Amino acid sequence: MTSRSQARLGRSIALHLFLTPLALIWLFPLWMMVVFSTMPDNGIFSPAIEMLPHDYFLENVNNLQRDTNFIGAIGISVGVAVTYTFLSVLLTSMAGWALARYEFIGKGGVVAIIFGTITLPYAVVLIPQFIMVARDFALANTWIALIVPPLFNSLGVLFMRQAFSMMPAELFDAARVEGVKEWRIFLFVALPLARPMLAALAIILFLASWNNYLWPLLINSQPGAMTAPVALGTLVGLTKVSWGGIMAGAVMLTVPMLVVFVLLQRHFIAGIAAGAVK
Amino acid sequence: MRYRNATAYRFLTPYLLIFAIFWIWPIISSFIISFQATRTVPWRFAPTFNWGRLIGDPAFYNALKNTLLILVIQVPVMISLAIVMAVLLNSPLLKARGLYRFAFFAPVVVGEVAYSAVFRLMFSLDFGIVNKLLDSVGLSKIDWFSNVTPAMAVIMIAVTWRWAGYNAIILLAGLQSIPDDVYEAATLDRVSKLKQFFYITLPLLKPVIVFCAVLSIIGTMQLFTEPFLITERGGPGGGTETLGLLLYRQGFRSLNFGYASAVAYTMAGLAIAITLVQLWLTRDPK
Repeated sequence: MTSRSQARLGRSIALHLFLTPLALIWLFPLWMMVVFSTMPDNGIFSPAIEMLPHDYFLENVNNLQRDTNFIGAIGISVGVAVTYTFLSVLLTSMAGWALARYEFIGKGGVVAIIFGTITLPYAVVLIPQFIMVARDFALANTWIALIVPPLFNSLGVLFMRQAFSMMPAELFDAARVEGVKEWRIFLFVALPLARPMLAALAIILFLASWNNYLWPLLINSQPGAMTAPVALGTLVGLTKVSWGGIMAGAVMLTVPMLVVFVLLQRHFIAGIAAGAVK
Repeated sequence: MRYRNATAYRFLTPYLLIFAIFWIWPIISSFIISFQATRTVPWRFAPTFNWGRLIGDPAFYNALKNTLLILVIQVPVMISLAIVMAVLLNSPLLKARGLYRFAFFAPVVVGEVAYSAVFRLMFSLDFGIVNKLLDSVGLSKIDWFSNVTPAMAVIMIAVTWRWAGYNAIILLAGLQSIPDDVYEAATLDRVSKLKQFFYITLPLLKPVIVFCAVLSIIGTMQLFTEPFLITERGGPGGGTETLGLLLYRQGFRSLNFGYASAVAYTMAGLAIAITLVQLWLTRDPK
């Protein structure tokens, strides 16, 4: 018995001895982001090794704001991400509900197309989307250009279809017998029951919109229409910019998401892991 | 379930409209554009104009080579690391599990621009923290961004940092769906933990591993932001230019939509091939 618990202890120590350095390495870039954001540029570009935060964060925010209108860009990013998340959750859960709960002509075809195109790289649609939105619809540098095209996402539909098809049919049949309309059943019976799944989906979609870079870079390139990642990206590589400012911007983009991640970890992980459970 | 065509399509229409306009039509459209000469207006049908150029373009082979090189090194390293992370995070012996989970999963929420900026700063030549640390332990500094090999290494390190935890989350969900009694039986039979890993965990986890590998391959194949921002537009001298960057340069810098569409469809062809391999690897043995 003692030897077995000693072996357990040994394994436990080995486990922590291996995992702790790995975890520290993994946290290092995030930690350095915070440290850099609190240092003046002459501190960042000095030979000394600095690994503890200083007190220059607010000055760096000012420096960043001097280089680009970052606060304005954050406003656009928040507005776009909130609107996108709401619309996308609504559209994908409506579609998921129809696929999970009704028999209809063409169902097999719709499911096949959604599944069949899911692994196609996004790059394939980039150019026609750009031509369509910028030239045909003349919507470049608008909120619509940022919000509407990314609404096509199919993972959300498959996720919500899964969520609704796991609910017992009796729930909805009982309401139907009483003559409740289908859209009311969807809104007032099905959606409230799917709350955990909706939360998981909403978090993933919000994050995707918040961090989206390539599409906003292409379609909203005017200074007043840029999202926060795009505005920050324009500074990376320029010579006369404040790197402390860039790091302050990176912190402003990242830390709120880290807080959300810690608070809503369960939903977060459910949303990501859902990709694996078919 | 009885047929309810009208109701079903009322729920589906808003999504299907968006899906058709911004996904299905562009997929068809870019295929057509790839067969058009788009440098003069009006665009005209010229089947070999872009594809012919692609076949003879050294820039294309350079981007393809770089992309595949990143794929074959970075994806296996990252997936192996993610498996190790998932298995160890799942160990009942682990204390302070929440802290470790935070460390490995936190990069999942970090945006491409933010982390690219940090990695660029960390690996800069004279004042980057990585070189300062190398210097402080007596190793020589590395000029990360002036030579192709270290520049590639930084990109692979960055991508691995950003995505290993993401894959570990998916793998962890897969691990937790393996019933405990399989391991209990093996432990009773005195099968060592290491053998349990190789003979129970890995085979049962295989579909999830393949799924992660395919997701990662398709993601890495489209790699754009990291070579765009970390190595400054695919530098040094195109040494880290990827297919995604070539597409951006051709499509949105030179406004050569036809050629860029041909590059995009090359990426799609690779993705389809990889998906088919996945389906074959995870097929039900009959």
